Amino acid sequence: MSMRSLVAITLAILAFGGLAMAAGGTRVAHPALGRTATTEDVAAWDVSIGPDGKGLPPGRGTAETGEAVYLAKCVGCHGEKGAGKPNDRLAGGRETLASDQPAVKTVGSYWPYATTIFDYVRRAMPINEPKSLTHDEVYAVVAYLLKINGIISDGEIIDAQSLPRIKMPNREGFVPFARGQ
Amino acid sequence: MGRQTRKPSLDTHLVAGNGLLDRRHLLAVGLAGASAALPLLAKAGELNIEPWMTTPGAPFEGYGRPSRFEAKVVRTFVSAPNTGGTGSARTPLHRLNGAITPNGLHYERSHNGVPDIDPDAHRLLIHGLVERPLVFSPETLSRYPMESQIAFVECGGNSGALYQKEPADLDAQGLHGLLSCAEWTGVRLSILLDEAGIDPKAKWILAEGADASGMSRSAPLAKAMEDSLIALYQNGERLRPSNGYPMRLLLPGYEGNMQVKWLRRIKLTEEPTMTRDETSKYTLLTPDGKALQFVFPVEAKSVITRPSPGLDLKETGFYEISGLAWSGYGKVSKVEVSADGGQSWGEAVLQEPVLPMALTRFRMAWQWSGGPAILQSRVTDETGYRQPTRDALITRRGSRAIYHFNAIASWGVSGDGKVSHVYA
Ligand code: HEC
Repeated sequence: MSMRSLVAITLAILAFGGLAMAAGGTRVAHPALGRTATTEDVAAWDVSIGPDGKGLPPGRGTAETGEAVYLAKCVGCHGEKGAGKPNDRLAGGRETLASDQPAVKTVGSYWPYATTIFDYVRRAMPINEPKSLTHDEVYAVVAYLLKINGIISDGEIIDAQSLPRIKMPNREGFVPFARGQ
Repeated sequence: MGRQTRKPSLDTHLVAGNGLLDRRHLLAVGLAGASAALPLLAKAGELNIEPWMTTPGAPFEGYGRPSRFEAKVVRTFVSAPNTGGTGSARTPLHRLNGAITPNGLHYERSHNGVPDIDPDAHRLLIHGLVERPLVFSPETLSRYPMESQIAFVECGGNSGALYQKEPADLDAQGLHGLLSCAEWTGVRLSILLDEAGIDPKAKWILAEGADASGMSRSAPLAKAMEDSLIALYQNGERLRPSNGYPMRLLLPGYEGNMQVKWLRRIKLTEEPTMTRDETSKYTLLTPDGKALQFVFPVEAKSVITRPSPGLDLKETGFYEISGLAWSGYGKVSKVEVSADGGQSWGEAVLQEPVLPMALTRFRMAWQWSGGPAILQSRVTDETGYRQPTRDALITRRGSRAIYHFNAIASWGVSGDGKVSHVYA
C-alpha cells in the first residue's frame, strides 16, 4: 500500500470517527455506511404517536361520521357498537378490572391513552386492509370508539389538538414493574 | 403391556424420592444392573438386511429436509377469527433435544401474517433524538462488523394457560411452546446508534416492523446500547420470513414481542410511545385492578420436555428426565428435579455451554418403579432467584395476569405410564 493511500484511509477513519471506544474499552469499527435521511423521508415514515400527540396529522372527525366508517369497515369483526365477536371487544368492561371476575379489557376500560387508538388503528386496522383509511376516517372512527365508551359526546371534534387532551378512564391504572412482583 | 423390571441394585444412587438417581453413578448402576439381570434377547428378525442397504439412496437436493419419518415434528398454530396470520405457531419442545431450535420450528407470534419482503426494497431508518437520521439497507448492514449471540426468545404470553384455575389438558408444545433458541448473527445496534449521534435527552427507542400490523414497541435505550443486535442471520442462514426476514431486533432476555421482526424503524424518544402492545397487551392485571407495565426480561423458568404428555412411559425402568431452563436475567446456575411433586429434589446435570440469555438443557436420571409420580423442575439463576411454586406466583399476581407465567409446572405420571399436565 502506498504512503498516499494509507494517509487517505487514516483521514477517512478520522473523519468518521472510524474506531470508537465501546463500553469495556474494546475498540469498535464504525464503517459509517448509513445514508443521511432527509426531513421528508423521515416524515413519510414516522407514524408513531406518543401520549403528547406530537406528529398527529391534519384532519378531524366526530362520532357521527365515525359511526359510518365503523359500520362500513369494522362492524363485521368487532360487532355492533364494539360488542366484540368474532374479534376483540372494543367497548365496556370498566367495572371488571378490580374484581375476581374475568377482566374485560377494552379501549374504554383499559387503554391509558387515546393517542394509542389513533396510532394503532391507522397502522393496523381494518386488519384485512391496513393503512387504507384517510386521516379524517381514522379521527372519526377513534371519536366513535371514544363515544361508545362514554368518554366523549356526539358532537365533539377529535383532531390533533383535542385527542392528546382526552383523559382515559384507566389513565392511572398502570405501574412500572419491578422484579419480584 | 410387557413390563420389565431392571432395578438398580444400589440405593446409594438415589438422590431424591421416587427414583431420582445420581447421574455420576449411572455407569456403575448400568454395570451392576447388567450383572444382576441379563439383558433381554434381541427379537427375531430385528437384525435384518433392510432394502435401503441394497439399493442406491436418493440423489442430492438443494435444501435439506427432515426424514419423512419425522413428520410429527411440526409447529402447531391458531389464528384469530377472520385472519390467517394473527396468532402464534408453537415449537414442538417435547420432540426436540439439545438447546438450539431448528429454524423451521422456531416459534412464531405474528400480528397480521408474515410479510414477503424484498430485501433490496427494505430499509431501516434510525431517527428521532439523534444528530443525523440514517437509512440502512440490508446490504449496507452486511458490510458492518458482525457478532453472534446464542439467545432464547420467549413470548410474554408463554405458559399463560397455567394461570387458569384448572390445569389445561395440553402438552409441552401447547403450554410452553412459545419458546425457542437460536444463534443470531448481526450488527450491534450500539454501533449504528453511535453513528447517528445520540441526543442526551433520549431514554427510549421505539422499534417498528414493516409487516401489515406495523408491530411497534418501546424499549429502554440502555438495553439497546448494552447488548442488542440487528439480527440478519439465524443459525447460520438468513432469518426465516416468520422470524423477521430480512432483519429483526434482538434484545437478549427480553419478552419476544419487543424483539421486533421485519424491523424498519428505530426512533429515539424521551418517553415510551405507549403503543397498543405495551398498554392493551403485555401488561399484567393484578387483583386490585392495577396493571404491571414494562415487564422486560423474562423471569427464570424451567420445563421438563421428556417425559411429558404424548411421550408416555411404556415400561418401568430407567428414563432420562430432560428439559430446558433459562433466565432473562443471565445464566442458569442450578436446576433441581423432583419426582414426588416437590417433596424432595435432586440436582440435575446442566449441559455445557451454559450461556446467559440462552436455553440450557438439563438432565436427570430416573428409575421409574411403575407407581404414580409428579415430575417437576425448578431453576435458580445466577442472580440467586429461584423459580417459584405456582401457588406462590398466583398468590402474588392473581390469575388474570395472562403474561410472564414462570412458576414450576408439573407432569403427572399415572401407574400405566400416561403423562399429563397437572397442578401439584
Ligand atoms: C377482518 C377483521 C377485522 C376488521 C375488519 C377490523 N378489525 Fe380490528 N381487530 C381485528 C383483530 C383480529 C384484532 C386483534 C389483532 C391482534 O391481536 O394483533 C383487532 C384489534 C383491534 C383493536 C385493538 C383491541 C385491543 O383491545 O387491543 C382495535 C382498537 C381495533 N381492532 C379497531 C378496529 C377498527 C376501528 C376497525 C375498522 C376501521 C377494525 N378494527 C376493523 C380484526 C378486525
